[in-house]
Amino acid sequence: MTHTFYIALSYSVTASVALCLIGWVWLDGRARRRELAELEASGIGRRSSQPKGDAAQSYKP
Amino acid sequence: MTESLAITKLSDLANPTRFLALAARILPWMAAVTASLFAIGLYLSFATEGDYQQGQTVRIMYVHVPAAWLSMMCYSVMALSAIGTLVWRHPLADVSHKAAAPLGAAFTLIALATGSLWGRPMWGTWWVWDARLTSVFVLFLMYLGLIALNRAMDDPSKAARVSAVLILVGFVNIPIIKFSVDWWNTLHQPASVIRLDGPTIDGEFLWPLLVMAIAFTLLFFTLHIAAMRNEIWRRRVAAQRRLAARAAGREA
Repeated sequence: MTHTFYIALSYSVTASVALCLIGWVWLDGRARRRELAELEASGIGRRSSQPKGDAAQSYKP
Repeated sequence: MTESLAITKLSDLANPTRFLALAARILPWMAAVTASLFAIGLYLSFATEGDYQQGQTVRIMYVHVPAAWLSMMCYSVMALSAIGTLVWRHPLADVSHKAAAPLGAAFTLIALATGSLWGRPMWGTWWVWDARLTSVFVLFLMYLGLIALNRAMDDPSKAARVSAVLILVGFVNIPIIKFSVDWWNTLHQPASVIRLDGPTIDGEFLWPLLVMAIAFTLLFFTLHIAAMRNEIWRRRVAAQRRLAARAAGREA
């Protein structure tokens, strides 16, 4: 095998792993944002955005 | 004065909502700078001369070395976050080390794969169980172990504490990786960039390497901040669902 093969494969592997990582972070973010929007739409907001009397529950963050 | 300012800034970021606002502001800029640096780095990587001994394969160094550097830096970031979890109980510290583990695993995988692809034409072998290669492989396994541990436990705060202890114990591997080439006989060359007496590498190779190293580092921080933001959102979704379930239970 020529040196070009090893160089091309090295850059391809690097690009593939980096793109998978970027894609995973992006898709994960999009899915979470959609879930939050759905919860908001169904009237389930954050505790801090609810009336004072309903603040007995505790959760993080 | 400077220290108190730094502590104040760190405390400000303990508020996840403030962190999310900051992330939304800086992420597009970080992504743009990262992409620009990769464009310059990749151009330099292929525009510069080959090595007189290694020929064109020296170009593998421009992806291998930054990935290897990041594999160790990511673990160091995780170790700092682990201290933040155990000592300061910073609310974002466990989010930070949980989000960094898959990134560290990916960069270590790149370092191992490109090292192997560089080793075959230069050393005549894909792999040897010598000190440097084996210690980096152990680092890769540790990343996988930490990801598995975090996913195996339902309670995020308990998972964070257990992971933090394991991260700090595993940190002993980082100096072993760094100095393995000095302490033992290995096929891997000793350090040629970060040395007390300055880099021994020619400027022709040093510049593309530095630009690519900065680009990889910025890519890591961009992805780390984005992954932390995702983790905060994930916890908010879980918390809101719990809250909704309790409210439904009270009504029933």
